[in-house]
Amino acid sequence: MKRILYPFIVCAILISIPVFSSYGEAGDDLPKFFVPPPPLSKGIFPCSQCHAYMKTNRTRRALTYHTKISKGFNHAREQRWCLDCHNPDDRDKLRLASGKLISFDESEYLCGQCHGTIFRDWKAGEHGKRTGYWNGKKVYRLCVQCHYPHWPKFQKIKPLPPPIKPDNIKYRELPKDKIPLNPLGNIK
Amino acid sequence: MLNEIRNFFIVLKEIMKGNKWYYGWLAFLSFFILLGLGAYFQQFNHGLIETAMRDQVSWGLYISNFTFLVGVAAAAVYLVVPAYVYNFKPIKEIVLFGELMAATAIIMCLMFIMVDLGRPERVWHILPIIGAMHFPASLLAWDVVVLNGYLAINVIITFYALYRKAHGKDYNMQIIKPLIIISIPWAISIHTVTAFLYNGLPSRPFWNAAVLAPRFIASALCSGPALMIIIFQIVRKVSRVDIENKAIFKIGELIAYAMGINLFLFIAEFFKEFYSGSIHLAPMEYLYFGLHGHNSMVPWMWTALFFNVTAFLLFLLPKTREHFFTLNLACVLVIIGVYIEKGMGLVVPGFVPGTLGEIYDYTPTMLEKTVTIGIWAAGAMIYTFFLKFAMPIHTGLLRFVSKENSQ
Amino acid sequence: MKDGLRRSFSRRSFLKGTVAGLASIAIPVGSSDASIWEAFFQKHFREMNDDEKKAVINRLEEEYARKFNIKFNIKTTRAIPGTLFGYGLDLSRCIGCRRCVYACMRENNQSRDPQVQWITVLRFKKGEKWVNDLEEAEKYYYPEKVPEDGYFYMPVQCQHCENPPCVRACPTQATWKEPDGIVVVDYNWCIGCRYCMAACPYGARRFNWGTPHIRKSEINPETHYLGNRPRYRGIVEKCTFCIQRTRENPGRYPACVEICPVGARKFGNLLDPDSEIRYIIENERVFRLKEDENTNPKFYYFFAT
Repeated sequence: MKRILYPFIVCAILISIPVFSSYGEAGDDLPKFFVPPPPLSKGIFPCSQCHAYMKTNRTRRALTYHTKISKGFNHAREQRWCLDCHNPDDRDKLRLASGKLISFDESEYLCGQCHGTIFRDWKAGEHGKRTGYWNGKKVYRLCVQCHYPHWPKFQKIKPLPPPIKPDNIKYRELPKDKIPLNPLGNIK
Repeated sequence: MLNEIRNFFIVLKEIMKGNKWYYGWLAFLSFFILLGLGAYFQQFNHGLIETAMRDQVSWGLYISNFTFLVGVAAAAVYLVVPAYVYNFKPIKEIVLFGELMAATAIIMCLMFIMVDLGRPERVWHILPIIGAMHFPASLLAWDVVVLNGYLAINVIITFYALYRKAHGKDYNMQIIKPLIIISIPWAISIHTVTAFLYNGLPSRPFWNAAVLAPRFIASALCSGPALMIIIFQIVRKVSRVDIENKAIFKIGELIAYAMGINLFLFIAEFFKEFYSGSIHLAPMEYLYFGLHGHNSMVPWMWTALFFNVTAFLLFLLPKTREHFFTLNLACVLVIIGVYIEKGMGLVVPGFVPGTLGEIYDYTPTMLEKTVTIGIWAAGAMIYTFFLKFAMPIHTGLLRFVSKENSQ
Repeated sequence: MKDGLRRSFSRRSFLKGTVAGLASIAIPVGSSDASIWEAFFQKHFREMNDDEKKAVINRLEEEYARKFNIKFNIKTTRAIPGTLFGYGLDLSRCIGCRRCVYACMRENNQSRDPQVQWITVLRFKKGEKWVNDLEEAEKYYYPEKVPEDGYFYMPVQCQHCENPPCVRACPTQATWKEPDGIVVVDYNWCIGCRYCMAACPYGARRFNWGTPHIRKSEINPETHYLGNRPRYRGIVEKCTFCIQRTRENPGRYPACVEICPVGARKFGNLLDPDSEIRYIIENERVFRLKEDENTNPKFYYFFAT
């Protein structure tokens, strides 16, 4: 009985390998551990709540609504326009160059069409922040969780204070409530 | 057994009594010992934060003194070789005082190590059997072995010789000869191992030079004997111990050779660093010319060099060597010169610039200096006590009770 | 070495018995605190059997609870078989914000006063000489915003060398390399001679020059004996790859990996061909700091772009 089962088991394993190991070109087979949802501005999603009632205007122009994005847009400014990524007909979806529609929580495939090498490194865990467990469930970040898609370059941030210089480390008797606090605070 | 106890009290009585100069000297030393103890007590309670040592320069004045004193201890070999190997009579008479000085120097070394430890009460961890001595991998474990071994050898030799003399007998050469033979390479070894302790760290290019150990020994054979020349003159003055001029001038001559080698090795090091001008030049530059505006060591190092060269010439020329004023001047110059060069001048540039390129100007705190002075005073007191009973035994004034004369 | 340790153990316990016996006579009844003597005679961590470890952990947990008024958990988790930890740091990403320095502090209970930090972030001017002697490094930079134009940053911490010079230097075997490659210190065995600090080429080891102070509200009570448990005055400490986190199954990433806002820090098992650290080593141009010293670090710097 067992012997008869072996070929099936082997076949099942062989079939499952490409299924689990290949990341397809579209968003159907996303690995399941990319957990945190995309950082959409509050109240803005679904887009269709407004756009469903609007006519699609394909001309490149300064927007009268999403003005901040329109003004600040700096992501290959000359080559790109809203509808290159946002699907014109169903605004609740993003659109790949192939015409395939994907949802906002799998947007890495959209970014990955241009940033191929980074997408590759991201999948391997080299690019981008990962938390969770080194030998267990890993928490990925979508590209847009760190890079604001309309001006993706990192904004500069304030550094935390430098170490105390050796000349300034002296013996002192500090009361308990005067012991310096960690300047990190609650930064996660 | 009873006699041994009585003999112990004879020695104790000898140490306790003396003229007003003797008491004055002891009071003077006690004052600094108490100051040092007080300072150490504070350090013990607050931690080494009371020193100027920090992560950037993690060894300082204490380890500098330790290194210098290992050299002083090793220098006893300069008396042992002519005394026992070549049977040079004038030095044979005084070799005992050199060995006592070596023992004292090692005791001071151990004190400097103890005050440098963050957890002195755990020092037994370094011992074999009851601790977890990391032998043979750690050079510090080697140092524990060789220093304590050297202390034991010197204490056994001197105390045996004194014990025999105190009973009115000459010591049996057959018994101590093996120890004396061992003590010669052992003296070299304490200094070699201490040099290797620094030498074996590739992270510190200033120390990681093959010339370090030879230079250690060369400079040790300057400072230690110079100290002895001064002490012998004092011994000669305060006791009836007969020390010939010939012996003193001979030591002076030997210092000249050692200093010649030391200066030659210095030139070799100086040339290598400055001519090749690699990144490892930085510590040397810091010492002699200053680095990025940090030049607190510069005047000290040039002073040391000037003193050493001057002393070399004074020791080399028979005319100045055999004139007591210039001889003593040369001795003082050599002691100061080597103390700077082998002390702070060796330890600090190992850490400057640091392994991450940081430059921290280490200047010992008052507390560190006080503890250091305290240990020097303690060492002087120990040596004074040694001399106090060794001198009369040596000259036959002090005799122990033994079976024959007690009955 | 291990055998040597074990052999000396029976003789030592004999000695301890004797000394403890004498000590109990010497100390006036009432004023004596047994735990002081237990602490004094505490054995080397690797020599203790499980019962002895348990006794020591209980004593330490009580001691810490008394001192900080918080319940502590001190683990002695062993290395997971088949792991060798490796670390990657992407120099093309690091912005020098020092989040890692203080996240490490938060996780690992470093003294806030006098300040102890396990990670040093160095700043270099682009185009200047840098990587070998680090002489041009700036450690105290503090601009309004980072990254600054014309500069780049390199954090340095314990590199967990395969051939660690600090371990070789230690005269008491108080520091050693664990089977998973983490170099650890037994804070109760270290005598504070600081020879390891002289030996370390990476300035990674820190000494407790004074009594370490942390506010009770900032204590992390989840600890490991060889990791982030509160330290003492006069002993050496250093990065342990967050041993209290990483030795679990599943094990969290080290605190510095978790905090890094640009994802420059990578961590994983060098023996696992699918780990991100292996991917980086096999696909990027990695280098290790001061390779001329043959310390063979398991800390890989790389440039993703």
